[in-house]
Amino acid sequence: MKSIDRRDFMKLAGLGGVVFASGLGFPVFGSKEGKSIVQDDFHFVQFSDTHWGFNGAAINPDAQGTLKKAVAAVNSLEEQPDFVVFTGDLTHTTDDPKMRRERLKGFQDVVSGLRAKTVYFMAGEHDAALDKGEAFQERFGKLNYTFDHKGVHFIVLDNASDPAGLLGETQLKWLQDNLKKRHANAPIVVLTHRPLFDLYPQWDWATRDGASAIKALMPFQNVTVFYGHIHQEHHHMTGHIAHHAAKSLMFPLAAPGAVPKRAPIAWDTNAPYQGLGFRDIEAYIKKSRYEIHELPVVKG
Amino acid sequence: MKRLIILTLLMGLVFGIPAHQTAFGVGSTKGKVIRLTAKKFAYSPAEITVKKGEPVVLELTSKDSKHGFNLPDFGVRADVKSGSVSRVSFTPDKVGRFTFACDIYCGSGHEDMSGTLVVTE
Ligand SMILES: [Cu+2]
Ligand SMILES: [Fe+2]
Repeated sequence: MKSIDRRDFMKLAGLGGVVFASGLGFPVFGSKEGKSIVQDDFHFVQFSDTHWGFNGAAINPDAQGTLKKAVAAVNSLEEQPDFVVFTGDLTHTTDDPKMRRERLKGFQDVVSGLRAKTVYFMAGEHDAALDKGEAFQERFGKLNYTFDHKGVHFIVLDNASDPAGLLGETQLKWLQDNLKKRHANAPIVVLTHRPLFDLYPQWDWATRDGASAIKALMPFQNVTVFYGHIHQEHHHMTGHIAHHAAKSLMFPLAAPGAVPKRAPIAWDTNAPYQGLGFRDIEAYIKKSRYEIHELPVVKG
Repeated sequence: MKRLIILTLLMGLVFGIPAHQTAFGVGSTKGKVIRLTAKKFAYSPAEITVKKGEPVVLELTSKDSKHGFNLPDFGVRADVKSGSVSRVSFTPDKVGRFTFACDIYCGSGHEDMSGTLVVTE
C-alpha cells in the first residue's frame, strides 16, 4: 500500500508547497450494512498550461527549460504520483498546422521523461481550437473521456476544441449518461481546461454552457474540479462543488480584472519562475478530502 | 439566426416592447447606432463611449473570419460574421469602463482582441 502519511505530507509541504484542503469531511463508501469498502489513499500531479513553443524572453527566458525542470521536480518526489494529468494548453498556439504538430510532438518528448508512466492529456484552446482538436487527437487520442482510479471516477471534459469554448450538446448528453451510472456519494473528479463557472468572462475565463455541466454534477455530493487556463492558483465553490485552477508552467497571468488587459506577468530576474508551478494532489478517499500542495518549478 | 432577429424585431414593433426589454437585446433598432468592425485581432473602434440610460444599438460585422463579441457586464453577446451584420441592443444602467472581448478563438492574437465600453453620466 502506497499511502502518504502525516510525516510525508509535512515533508512535501516543506518543499515550499502551499497546502489547500478541499472536501466535505463526510465519509464515502459507507454501505447500508455499515461496512465500508477500503480504498487506498493516493496522490496525483497536475500540470497545466505548459505552452510548449512559446517564445518571449521578457516573459520566460527559460521557455525551453521550465517544463524540463518541472518534470525533474516531479521525478525527484520521494513518493511518485500514481499518475500525472495535463489540463490543457500543452502547446502554445500557432496558425500553422504543421508547426502545431511539431509542438505537440516536442511537448510529448519532454514529458515522456516523467518517471510516472500513467499520464492523461487534455487539450486547451491553444492546442485544439483552430483545428477542432484534430492534431491533438492524432497524438493523444480522445478529447473527452473517463477513467477510474482507486475508487475515484475521473471525468475529462473538453471545453477547448470548440472555438466558442462550448462543451456542446453531444458532450453534455455524454456527461449526463455517464453520471446516471454513479451513486450520489461516489467520489468524482472533473478535469477540464477552462473554468466551468463564470470566473471572469470579460477575459473569456468561463465556459458558455459550463452551467449545464455544473447542474448535471450538482446531485452528486462529492465532486471536485481541477482545471487550468487562467495561469494562476484559484479556488472557488459553486454550491458544494470546489473548483481549483492550477498555475502555468510557462507564464503567469494577472489576477482577474487586476489590470485593464489580460496579460502575462513579466519575468522577475530577482525571483525566477515566480508564479509558475505544478501541484501534487493527495486524495484521502475515505475522508472524501483532497489536499493540494502547490509546488514550485525549482526549490527556493 | 437571421430569422430569429427579424422575428424579435417584428415582435418589438407589434407588441411595442421597448428596446431594452427584448430578449437579450437582439434585433431592436431603437437607440444610438454604433458600428463596430472586428478583424484579426482587434475591434474598430476599440473604445466606445455611451451615456447611461440611453439605448444603444451595436452593429457588428467581421472583415475576416468569425469572431465573438462579449460584453458580460451588460449580458450582451453575439457572433460576429463577415458578410452579415449582427445587431445587439441594450441600455447601459451603470457608469464606468467595461471590457468587451472576442469569445470565439480566432488565432494567435485572440487573447489580445478586446475593447472598452465607456459609460458616462
Ligand atoms: Cu487556455
Ligand atoms: Fe493557457
